[in-house]
Amino acid sequence: MQREQLETAPDGAADWPDQIFDLLKEHGIRQVALVPDAGHSRLINRCLADNGIRVVTLTTEEEGIAQLFGAWLGGEKGVLLMQSSGVGNCINMLSVAIAHRTPLPMIVTMRGDYGEFNPFQVPMGNATQTVLEAMGTLVKRADAPEDIAPTVDATLRMAFNTYRPTATLIGQRVIGAKTFGK
Amino acid sequence: MADTIETGETGKLRRRSVVRTLLRDRGGMLVIGGLGAPAWDITAAGDCPENLPLWGGMGGAAMMGLGLALAQPERRVLVITGDGEMLMGVGSLASIAVQRPKNLSIVVLDNEHYGETGMQETHTKHGVDLAGMAKAAGIPDTRLIRAAAEVQALREAIHAGNGPPLRPDQGG
Repeated sequence: MQREQLETAPDGAADWPDQIFDLLKEHGIRQVALVPDAGHSRLINRCLADNGIRVVTLTTEEEGIAQLFGAWLGGEKGVLLMQSSGVGNCINMLSVAIAHRTPLPMIVTMRGDYGEFNPFQVPMGNATQTVLEAMGTLVKRADAPEDIAPTVDATLRMAFNTYRPTATLIGQRVIGAKTFGK
Repeated sequence: MADTIETGETGKLRRRSVVRTLLRDRGGMLVIGGLGAPAWDITAAGDCPENLPLWGGMGGAAMMGLGLALAQPERRVLVITGDGEMLMGVGSLASIAVQRPKNLSIVVLDNEHYGETGMQETHTKHGVDLAGMAKAAGIPDTRLIRAAAEVQALREAIHAGNGPPLRPDQGG
């Protein structure tokens, strides 16, 4: 069985990943930094196929905070895609975005959330929103497919209009709980 | 014009002198100074709006350079940082190597110590080779600079722009 089939990924009929991609283009996003997550796989492929977007794969998510700060200094807008576990890797680097009033939108797919089976995912998944808010990030959740695009749109607008880190958390209830194919 | 590169009593390069040489006649080069002494080094060479001296975000200087270099492909971007700062973000050498930005250079002023916190030894004091790690990551031009005579060639390479990360040893 393909690894991709073992991972949690949005239903093939779900169109919210395409709606997020359209929003990235609408907002003029030029740099997409990411550590892959199965929940973002369709969106990642759309970004890779677009000549106007530079996709930068990171070794750890905090690299993305630093990169997007540099991008903003250079006049380009970016977004960070990651799984909730990656939020924990970003904590101190978020101080850069706070100190420099940097627009820094993050789109986070949740693990350790609704129906999680993996005990290692639960602590960070349970703490994701609290930790981001403790570091000055405006956080909004989307727990239904129809809420995702409006929430991501709000996250992008709040970042670029108010100059700060913002995040949309896409609930595991939307993405589906990982099952390892069982 | 040839610069005089100062060295200490042991013959090691003086960091301020190296940085002053690298930034001389820099044109519109954008420079990020990593947390710690490099922030002061780039400022001592001449404070200007094209400088970003960092007081935080340890481990992030090189990736800030990448984001800036991708956003400003027509301009030279130089990250000058320390060995402790680079080691904390060492994975970024891999992320940067994959992107291959021709307008980005990284210079690590490697004094083998954490200078801000009491001169504790870093891993480079014990044989860890940052230039080797950068080369292994796939960065095409990597150099280990120990002699004053090599600094001028380093300056020319950075200003010409083939994106070398470097490791000038110096005596602080």
